[in-house]
Amino acid sequence: MLSISNLQASIGDKQILKGIDLQINAGEVHAIMGPNGSGKSTLASVLAGREDYEITEGTVLFEGDDLLDMAPEERAAAGIFLAFQYPVEIPGVSTTNFLKTALNEIRKHRGQDPLDAVQFLKLMKEKMKLVNIDQSLLSRSLNEGFSGGEKKRNEVFQMAMLEPKLAILDETDSGLDIDALRIVAEGVNKLRSPERATIVVTHYQRLLDYIVPDFVHVLYKGRIVKSGPKELALELEEKGYDWIRAEAEAA
Amino acid sequence: MTPSNQQYNQFKDQLLAAFRANEERLNGESKAPLHQLRRSALQQFERLGFPTIKHEEWKYSNVNSLIKQAFDIDGASSISEADMDDLQIPNLEGNILYFVNGQYKPDLSRIVSPAEQVQITSFAEALKAEPELIDKHFARYADYQDNAFTALNTALANDGVVVRVPNGKTVEQPIILRFITDAREKNIASQPRNLIIVGRNAEVTLAESYRTLGDRSSFSNAVTEIVVEQDARAQYYKVQNESEAAYHIGTTQVYQADNSHFYSATVTLNGNFVRNNLNIVLNGQHCEAFMYGLYMPNGRQHVDNHTLVDHAMPNSYSNELYKGILDDSGTGVFNGKIFVRPDAQKTNAYQSCKNVVLSPNASMNTKPQLEIFADDVKCSHGTTTGKLDEEALFYMRSRGIPKDEAKTLLMYAFAEDVLSQIKIDPIREYLEGVVQQKLAM
Ligand SMILES: Nc1ncnc2c1ncn2[C@@H]1O[C@H](COP(=O)(O)OP(=O)(O)OP(=O)(O)O)[C@@H](O)[C@H]1O
Ligand SMILES: [Mg+2]
Repeated sequence: MLSISNLQASIGDKQILKGIDLQINAGEVHAIMGPNGSGKSTLASVLAGREDYEITEGTVLFEGDDLLDMAPEERAAAGIFLAFQYPVEIPGVSTTNFLKTALNEIRKHRGQDPLDAVQFLKLMKEKMKLVNIDQSLLSRSLNEGFSGGEKKRNEVFQMAMLEPKLAILDETDSGLDIDALRIVAEGVNKLRSPERATIVVTHYQRLLDYIVPDFVHVLYKGRIVKSGPKELALELEEKGYDWIRAEAEAA
Repeated sequence: MTPSNQQYNQFKDQLLAAFRANEERLNGESKAPLHQLRRSALQQFERLGFPTIKHEEWKYSNVNSLIKQAFDIDGASSISEADMDDLQIPNLEGNILYFVNGQYKPDLSRIVSPAEQVQITSFAEALKAEPELIDKHFARYADYQDNAFTALNTALANDGVVVRVPNGKTVEQPIILRFITDAREKNIASQPRNLIIVGRNAEVTLAESYRTLGDRSSFSNAVTEIVVEQDARAQYYKVQNESEAAYHIGTTQVYQADNSHFYSATVTLNGNFVRNNLNIVLNGQHCEAFMYGLYMPNGRQHVDNHTLVDHAMPNSYSNELYKGILDDSGTGVFNGKIFVRPDAQKTNAYQSCKNVVLSPNASMNTKPQLEIFADDVKCSHGTTTGKLDEEALFYMRSRGIPKDEAKTLLMYAFAEDVLSQIKIDPIREYLEGVVQQKLAM
């Protein structure tokens, strides 16, 4: 589904991604871990199409198409969704109105008819239950004045509404209480299917208890320095990153 | 009379000559106090001349391209009802008065409120029929000593509207003044003049709308004086959607007595050159004044809002929010003065001006001016001028909303803050439509 090879990206003259190789097939869940500042959010943003970064090398294919050639909205229409580490506040635009516009734009792009108000509301009700989010939150300005946890939950709600093929969750677990964490994880798990894939960026094993990954990758200084099965996350939790650093520096 | 440092200006000469020709026709009436006042205003206009950018209040608004044109000032127009089709505001109901090239058109207008609720007369009629009323109020609020355009209007204005709301009455239907400039054949200049008197504990909602027909040059020089008496409430909206060749210079002068409320929105959607002065004197205690503004110059449009809130008495409240969206080579000016006089203790005065500049060639000049002479007051002001929020734009695009649409959605939400203040639903809906269209351009 997603095939990243030798991806290098920089901002100004600072190189952040230094050659990423990653293969993700439909049906898989990949966890990406790594110390602060290693480039996890950068990788996520580059996949979603943030224009601040310059891609200096490498290719990214999504279902065979050149992803790097597509505008962010085209990527969304193709089925990519990024849950932001820091969701942005949009004053004056309600989540409901925002999502209706987004969903119908994506549908338009796919040659589908727009959902009318009734259909949209029905879908919304259904997905609200899934992530246990309150109507009153959705009629407020998007993310404006939301608590950290509310913002994250709203990201997962949007993901549930847009039903992406590839969801990238960037530290969606940070700032969530235990109950919210479980609800968010359930939301993600309900979307799991043989046609979809998920990238979970996280610092904590805790989330991976709920969303069990097929692979765990460690990103360090802009490179994936180690990949392994789900047990790798446990090992990291136990030992920290020092041994990874040592291994990486030795190599 | 003309000081030697003023350049000869043909338009000015034409205006002075028009006044004198009119004066000759007055014969004996020229001795009347009203005419004496007009004559003194004319002399003031003659003395001041049109302002140049050397004048502090006109530093960023150059009227040079306006005053070097020739205009027809007699107000004639062959307009018919059919010509108005494009200018209609859907579903608009209430007292709707049309003025074409500055002159009242009774045949196009309709007054629906009963006379016991409100008396609405054309200014020209009131001049003839009720000289005492005009004497008592006319030019008593809008100062013409320092403002050449107000002086000019005071000297030459011959039509507009006089609205009187008797004590204790609520005018149930809004009053909508529609100033249409018919510039299909000629360059047109007009001098609308309005006087609104809201009696004690009375309430009224009023809107001024400015439109143009045709693409010749037009110049509206408007003055509205509003008196809000004790315990009275007034909603006042000024809406401008004129042509790319329209010049508008207007002053709204508001005078508030104890415990009165004045609630205003000034929305400028189109026009070549627009200058709005909104001056509010809070000459009473426990008054409230709200001022909202929205302007969105694009192309080569220029919009200048000067506001002044004069807290003359204690315990009053004023709150101001102006917002601008500037695109292409559009330019904007916001100059907001707040005076708090020594007596005006316990004043609360807030001012905010927020701008989004969408293009590198557009620009905005802001100048808040707070002059506070009392010590026990709460005042704040803030201006921001920035680009479109790129983070917000990326967030929206990453959810599938195309760039242009995301931009429109963001900017519409920004504008809606002001539009939502307009309580005449058909006017608000009409403006929302025009704003949507303009943003999608
Ligand atoms: N716009 C930018 N300008 C300059 N440096 C940047 C910019 N964006 C990211 N960086 C730098 O790139 C590096 C990687 O940042 P990134 O946000 O991808 O890290 P991360 O792995 O997501 O970290 P965290 O675990 O703290 O979220 C950091 O050193 C960061 O300071
Ligand atoms: Mg990060």
